[in-house]
Parts: sequence; C-alpha cells; structure tokens
Amino acid sequence: MSGFTITGATLPDGTRREIHIDGGVYVDAAPPGATRIGADGLQALPGLVDLHTHLREPGFEQSETVLTGTQAAAAGGFTAVHAMANTFPVQDTAGVVEQVASLGAQHGYATVRPVGAVTVGLAGERLAEIGAMARSRAAVRVFSDDGKCVADALLMRRALEYVAGFDGVVAQHAQEPRLTEGAQMNEGELSSELGLAGWPGVAEEAIIARDVLLAEQAGARLHVCHVSTAGSVEVLRWAKGRGIAVTAEVTPHHLLLTEQLAASYDARYKVNPPLRAQEDVDAVRAALADGTIDIVATDHAPHPVESKEAAWAEASFGMVGLESALSVVQAAMVDTGLLGWADVARVLSAVPAAIGRLTGYEAPFALGSPAHLTLVDPAARRAFATSDLHGRSVNSPYLGVELPGRVVATMHGGVPTVLDGILRPEEEVAR
Amino acid sequence: MRHLLSVRGLSRDDAIGILDLAEDMAAVATRAVPKLPALRGRTVANLFFEDSTRTRLSFESAAKRLSADVITFTAKGSSVSKGEGLKDTAQTIAAMGVDAVVMRHHASGAARVLADAGWIDAAVVNAGDGTHEHPTQALLDAYTMRKTRHGDASRGRDLDGLRVAIVGDVLHSRVARSNAWLLRTLGARVHLVAPGTLLPHGVGGWPVTTGSDLDAALDGEPWGAVPDVVMMLRIQSERMHDSFFPNEREYAREWGLDEVRFGRLPADTMVMHPGPMNRGLEISSAAADSARSVVLDQVTNGVSIRMAVLYLVLGSGGHDGDIA
Repeated sequence: MSGFTITGATLPDGTRREIHIDGGVYVDAAPPGATRIGADGLQALPGLVDLHTHLREPGFEQSETVLTGTQAAAAGGFTAVHAMANTFPVQDTAGVVEQVASLGAQHGYATVRPVGAVTVGLAGERLAEIGAMARSRAAVRVFSDDGKCVADALLMRRALEYVAGFDGVVAQHAQEPRLTEGAQMNEGELSSELGLAGWPGVAEEAIIARDVLLAEQAGARLHVCHVSTAGSVEVLRWAKGRGIAVTAEVTPHHLLLTEQLAASYDARYKVNPPLRAQEDVDAVRAALADGTIDIVATDHAPHPVESKEAAWAEASFGMVGLESALSVVQAAMVDTGLLGWADVARVLSAVPAAIGRLTGYEAPFALGSPAHLTLVDPAARRAFATSDLHGRSVNSPYLGVELPGRVVATMHGGVPTVLDGILRPEEEVAR
Repeated sequence: MRHLLSVRGLSRDDAIGILDLAEDMAAVATRAVPKLPALRGRTVANLFFEDSTRTRLSFESAAKRLSADVITFTAKGSSVSKGEGLKDTAQTIAAMGVDAVVMRHHASGAARVLADAGWIDAAVVNAGDGTHEHPTQALLDAYTMRKTRHGDASRGRDLDGLRVAIVGDVLHSRVARSNAWLLRTLGARVHLVAPGTLLPHGVGGWPVTTGSDLDAALDGEPWGAVPDVVMMLRIQSERMHDSFFPNEREYAREWGLDEVRFGRLPADTMVMHPGPMNRGLEISSAAADSARSVVLDQVTNGVSIRMAVLYLVLGSGGHDGDIA
C-alpha cells in the first residue's frame, strides 16, 4: 500500500474534499492504483502530536515499551510523541536518546522525539549534556526533568540560558518540593476530610511565577507542563501579556475530571499534579479556549496493575491517556462549544509540533506535506474499555465511562497505523 | 451493618443504636462470667499494619467476650516487613477463614480499599486508617460523654447541645476527624483549637468551629459558655521537628492543659484524651489524674463499643447494609 484517496472527510477548516496521498506525502490527484478510503461523516485532523508521553523504555518495560506506547499513540490518532526522560538509564546522554528515537523509527507507529533530561539523572544537581543530546541524531529540543521539578532557582536559570543556545525549551514540572512533601491529592476541604496530605495549588503557581520571570530575564523559551490550577492560569495570562516566551499544556484529565473522584480512594484517580476542583477545571478549559494555555498533552503514564492495587498513599501517580485523549478533548472542549475542530488541530498538532521543533506539521494537508493524519468519527459514542487500550498498562480513569468520538484511521507519513478502527500489525507498519 | 469504615455514613439513629447496644455489652462485664456466646465459631482477624497495642488489645478483648476466635497479625517482624502489600496480606489472612477483619493501617482509605476491592469477603472494621478516621474511638468517646452526663438514663439519648473542645494536632488526627462528624451527628457542638499549622487547610468545610486560642475556648468561645468536654489530642514526637510549632515548651504554654488552665474548669467538665498521653506536654498530670478525667472510662468503654460493633457486623448475620 502506498497510494491512497480519502473521500468524504471534513477537513479542520470545515471544507470537504478528496485527499490524495502518494509516497508518504499529499499529492493533487489520485495516484494510480490508489486504495480508496471512504470517510463520509468523518473529521480529518492532522496527525496528533503529544508533547508529554512516558514510554518507559528503557528500564520499565513491564509498564510500557516504545513499541506498545507508540501503538497506543496510533490508536489515539497520534503520529508523534515526545518521550519523557525518566527512563532507566535516564535520557540524559546522547546514547540513550538516540536509542529511544531509533526504536521509534524502527517500529514506525509514530515519530518518537525523546525529551532530554535537564539535569544528570534527574537529580536536580548539575546540567545534563544538553548540547550532546541536541546535536545527536535524536536532535533533542525539549528538555525536562518531568516527574521532578527543577526546583533550584539558580539551576533553572542556567538551564534556561543554556538550552536557549540550542533552540531548545525547558519543559518544567512545576511543583515546589517542600510544599508538596508526601502530597497525595489536591489540598482543600476534601483532602482535609479524607486525611490525604494536600498538594496545594500554590506549589505549582509559585514555581510558574518564578520561572516566567527567569525566562524573561534569560530571553529563553519556557514550557509549563500539565497546568492544573486557576491560579496558574492567572500567572500565565500575566506572563503572556508581558510578552514572555512561555507556552503551557493541560492534560485531558485536568480538562474533565475533578478531585471528587479521590473520595473513593481508588488509586486510578491518583495523578500528579492531582485532579483539582471544578473551578480549576473551568479555568483551564477557558484558558485553552482563549490561548492562555497553548496545547493539550497527555502525560500518558503507564503503571502495572500492582502499583495501583494498593492503599492510595502507597500507589503510583499517573494515568494512561493516549487512547482516550481525543475523546476527552471532544467531551470537554468541542461538545461544550469551547473549541472547533480547527482549534483541536492547533492544540493537539500544530502548536505542540512547533514547541518541540518537530517539522512536517506546519502545513497539514498541503501538497508536498507529509501525510500525517487521523480520521475521527465525532458522532460515535462508546463506553471506554480495556479493549480500547493498546499499551501495556490499563491504568485509565475512563474505564466504563461513556466518551464521544472514535479514531477510525491514522496515517503516519502515509503509512496506515490504524484502519477501520483497528491497529495495523507490526510487520506492516515497521520500517 | 456490613462494614464499619467511617462515621460519615452513620445516621443519628444508627449511632444511638450502637451506643445503646454498647450499654448492653457493658452489662455483660458485670456478670460472674463476663462472656456472651454470640460470636462462637466466628473468627476475627486483627490486622495491625501499624502498632497500636491499646486498640489491638481492646478489639481482642471485645471479640473474646463475645466468644469469637481471634487471630492477630502485626506488621513488625511479619511478611509486611518483607515487602508484602495490603492485598496479599489480606488475602492470606482471609484464606485462613476469617469472618471479620479489624484493620489498623498507616494509609488513609486503606479500610475502604480493602472493603471495596473485592479481594476478600470478610466484614471490615476500620481500627484507624492513616490520618483519616478512627470510628470506634469516636463512638467510645461519644459513649463516654453520654454516660458521664446521663449515667443510667443514657439509653436512647444523643449529645444534645454538648459543648466539646478538641485541642491539639487536628491536622494529623483521625480521632479528631471521626469525632468532628460523629459528635455533630449526635447533636454536640465541636470547637477545634490548634495552632494554625495543625488545623487542616480546608477545615472550613467541617461541621465545627475553629480557633487558635485555648484560653478563649476554656472561657467560653465560641459558645458563650464553658465547654462540657475538653479533649486533648496527642502530639506525636515527629511533629516537634518539622516547624509546626517552635518547641515543646511553647506548645505546652499555648495549648497544654496545664494546672492553671485545668484549675479554671468547672467541676463537671470532662477531660478526655485518646491516649497515649504526653504528660507535661498536652496534658498535665493534675488534669489527667483528676476526678474530672474520664481517660480510663474511655478505655473501659472502648471494649463495650467494640463488642457492639463486632456484634453488628457479624452476630446479627445481616449483610444487608454497608455503614460507610
């Protein structure tokens, strides 16, 4: 299979036209012998780009691998993922990031863009070899100690100044460590009742406030991971108003779920930063709609069953999210009228690609552009189930929840990774 | 009642029912043979992931007075210290054939997880979960207040209007949480007194009033009348080095029930403490050993309350309702 003609799909701008693909790029006419894909009633979107994915390989292959994680990505409509650095060994050298990128390239389900660690071993003490990672074959542009905050103000300043020289961006996990020692859930009335140690919003907001000022002084780009509070939105709005080069992401779960779920003590709802209050959910939705928050990123965080089958305080933080992301964004943003599909294409593809300096996503569906796309049936509704999950872990908070939308097809560089809602086999997709 | 996990699901009538049943259980203790055959052939497992000799002994003694067999598991020196988790420990104990699990655990919500996860069929009684709840402690406290106030005329009564000051480390206290809701359910008025660092952020949603001035509370804040009950909470030693307050001396000066403060209390004010006490820190010996102290009544009544609870989750055979 190399040539395709997709008929009947609606493009993000609302128009309908045939889409022709040959040799991995968009062409202006049906190539000879093209496979026809009927897409009446389907919404075409550019291939989704996740700026925040945990693929767990190397080191934690019982949770996820590059193969299974990119299969989950494809199933969710993604064609590129940024693989966070908290592997073992940590992605803090050129060797490790090249290995991860090449595994992704070999499997073919999605472009894997490794994120480099800011500090050696994510230990927050001294800078990792950022230059080597930037100049490696993995061409790393996003640097993050995600899971840990670069809490030392001087180290953060140096990181911003240094990364800027490689056209990179520091993606900060904003969590003041002393204010969140032992923290288990959003701090508030509910945490006080449940007796779970609180994770106060100010621990996120204070770091964002500090970092935007440091970024301004350094003249560097800053990206804020998983913004979760109304207060953070206010700080970001102020920073953007000043012209500071800050971008921010929100996760699907922070757009849809609230802390009330913690009352069950079911550790599937344990995530970092924690699920917040309804007013925070309302604020991050509004911020995504008005551009204060730039993108949606999944923070796909696979964990084995045993690390969630435990008392809350003893369970791991994190949720898988690649397969459910688009449905959750549709539920929280599209079906509520806050975003149109062109906006979804922006927040889930064009802008995350731009932040990660990932090329090929600047002119989606334009002649000559790589054919990264996904076809979605927005009218579908389904009770989300483990059969919808294609990674190695099942720690989804949406199991049994009815969600709108369904990914019908995904193409990565003209290669189908999902067709008729079915993940294509490894040998067909592998390069 | 299927489980007892929290006081939050107890209605006023449920709670009075448990207190009244505990009155019957207390009467058993005065017999020549202080035992009932009610739970003969049933097995109660005490699963103590966290040390608590007094609570464990109290449950053990309650189960034995009801003729149940008791097996006891404590984390120290057990498989838990070798890394075994809640699920495996619970399933292992359950496989030995137990009808009820009395669990103390260091993690909030552990009892709820054990009851909901479907790992075991046994009834679950929460004997303290992290900083969340300690339902039988609140029940025995309520029982003690009612008994001290109404004596033999206690049955059927609630704690109508009783003024209760709870003083100390509310933030980390499961006793304070369970008492705040149960006492409110029973019609008492609860005032929490603690330094701002030891009052949880979010306490505004609790059915209580709060303050930081113990002297003001003893003088009648916020009720305009002195408290009927002053309950002192234990200060854990690990709090003393984490900037919750400057040092023990200042804590004792500001929030300790010292001799002078104790001397100001009317003769019928009850002094309570869940134990174990730090004498000279949160409570003076003058207060702890006085006639106004009901600390030892709390211990005695604890056995009656736990007999009532075990009887309700096991003896009635009723698996029809879950008292959350």
